Amino acid sequence: MTTKIELLPNDSATDYRTNSLFRLTMRRIVRQRSAIIGGTILLFLVLVAIFAPAIAPFDPNFVLIGHEDIKRRSDPCIHLLGCPEDQPQHILGTDGNVRDVFSRVVFGTRISLMIGFTTVGFAILVGTLLGSLGGFLGGWIDNLIMRIMDVLLAFPSLLLAIAIVAVLGHGLQNALLAIGIVSIPVYARVVRASVLSVKEQEFVSASRALGGSPMHVLFRRILPNAIPPLIVQGTLGIATAILDAAALSFLGLGAQPPTAEWGTMLGTERNQVFTAPHLVFYPGLAIMITVLAFNLLGDGLRDAIDPRLKN
Amino acid sequence: MSETSIDNKTEELIRVQNLVKYYPVTGGVFRREIAQVKAVDDVSFSIAKGETLGLVGESGCGKTTVGHTILQLLPATSGSVTFEGTDVLSLKGAELKEMRRKMQIVFQDPYASLDPRLPIGESIAEGIKIHKMGNADERVDRVIENMRRVGLENYHANRYPHEFSGGQRQRIGIARALTLQPKFIVLDEPVSALDVSIQAQVLNILRNLQKELELTYLFVAHNLAVVEHISDRVAVMYLGKIAEMAPRDELFSNPQHPYTQALMSAIPIPKPNRKRERVILSGDVPSPLNPPNGCRFHPRCPIAKDICSHEEPEIKSLVSEPKHKVACHFTEAATQ
Repeated sequence: MTTKIELLPNDSATDYRTNSLFRLTMRRIVRQRSAIIGGTILLFLVLVAIFAPAIAPFDPNFVLIGHEDIKRRSDPCIHLLGCPEDQPQHILGTDGNVRDVFSRVVFGTRISLMIGFTTVGFAILVGTLLGSLGGFLGGWIDNLIMRIMDVLLAFPSLLLAIAIVAVLGHGLQNALLAIGIVSIPVYARVVRASVLSVKEQEFVSASRALGGSPMHVLFRRILPNAIPPLIVQGTLGIATAILDAAALSFLGLGAQPPTAEWGTMLGTERNQVFTAPHLVFYPGLAIMITVLAFNLLGDGLRDAIDPRLKN
Repeated sequence: MSETSIDNKTEELIRVQNLVKYYPVTGGVFRREIAQVKAVDDVSFSIAKGETLGLVGESGCGKTTVGHTILQLLPATSGSVTFEGTDVLSLKGAELKEMRRKMQIVFQDPYASLDPRLPIGESIAEGIKIHKMGNADERVDRVIENMRRVGLENYHANRYPHEFSGGQRQRIGIARALTLQPKFIVLDEPVSALDVSIQAQVLNILRNLQKELELTYLFVAHNLAVVEHISDRVAVMYLGKIAEMAPRDELFSNPQHPYTQALMSAIPIPKPNRKRERVILSGDVPSPLNPPNGCRFHPRCPIAKDICSHEEPEIKSLVSEPKHKVACHFTEAATQ
């Protein structure tokens, strides 16, 4: 340190946003093509969910009988693509209750995203708490927590979710709770592993040597450094949660009719797959796109955060 | 084991007595304790105010464990550490937190010892935040003051650890230790991860700080040249025990323990033509899981006799130089 650079005023010590780690990480994420594609699709879906009432031409639960001259399960009719002008326009057709499928798919975005974020949010919250306590405290507490997690993991997750819904009673709320519960162990494990590796680092010992309480060390030093793998796992987990929720709804255990939920839409019209394929095709496609978006984003994030690929 | 006598003129700051640290080894289905790693086995020494005690030994001999145990970063198995008359190892909670202000540590790995998510100004300020010292402005002043002490400028405070070199990070670690105005600092191999050119710089900073702030150091290292440069006294550890301890010049001019002699002969001398006697040890350091009976050094010792394999030598002062203590059966006229 022989070169002296002109000093900045003291107050610059409080402003360190210019080159934050967040920005560096964002730059790395932007370099991942799959993260960009997934993120773009996700952004689109979020916008659709927010502006659903403006995008959808009809109320999703509005039964058109008596309002329009139209049959049940009518085929898609798009005027621009040559559908006769005298026929009412339903770009994805109508379902068995003569409701506009397009509106229902659009409104379904809201529910699916809500399911994804709430269940994973719940699971991450509980999982982080359990995993970090286990990893940080160790000993019999760790053993107890992780063995319970092992038991939960031993069940196929959907089967366990079905069992939980069966006990709690069916309905969207209980389905959310069930999916949240079955996804806890994954996050608990990820956080625990991460905490175990971070807590051995010297800056954690340094914090203890400076007099930091165990809570200070855990929440200020260890957890912030243990979070990145969780973000990846959470993004991928949202895809699974949406899929599980759709499956529960398909089985009639999740969202109940007439709620415009993709899984429910599939379930109620599954017998018409040959006579009116558009009724199962579009909700299915919507599920696929959403899950794909989260998976792409999650994979991209993982690659961006992976230390082996730094710079 | 006899205790280290301290020169009466100087005031003793910290005294370590019969410190023992065993790590349990668990195994089997029920994770029962099946063995113990004897990392530190009955180590005693004391350090006077303003003094630097160098603690040397090869990797795995327990020297880092000694430093961490003194600071209660690791629980000791037994023994005592007295700091200004207070038994450190029995402190808990608020008392321990208070004691932490007086005793600090600088770590070996400058890349792992700073939180990568904190700008270094925040890292340095962590201690004074934990101890709720001063208001926000005073904290900034204190951080800047300590950064200047180690040769950093205040604009560095906004930067993240990854933007610094190893030497700079080590100085950041020193600044962090200084913010609490400690009296005693454990320097846990502070320069072993640095380039030689940077080592001298960091050592000089440490020396100047010691003068300026009247600090007391326990300097843990495996590099004898570095230890010779900075220490007042040197203790040589082998397999969890102190083999020899003496004032620096005495130890380097008159090493008594065969292990110390071997270490000394391994110091490179920058005179390629000069011939000298090399003591080359055979074999590896035995496992601390199952240390040899008797003198722990006997399987590798060039002068070992029968007695060494069954009788453990006590650490004794030399007749000629009472401050020079050796744990060997064959030292010149060793006395109690």
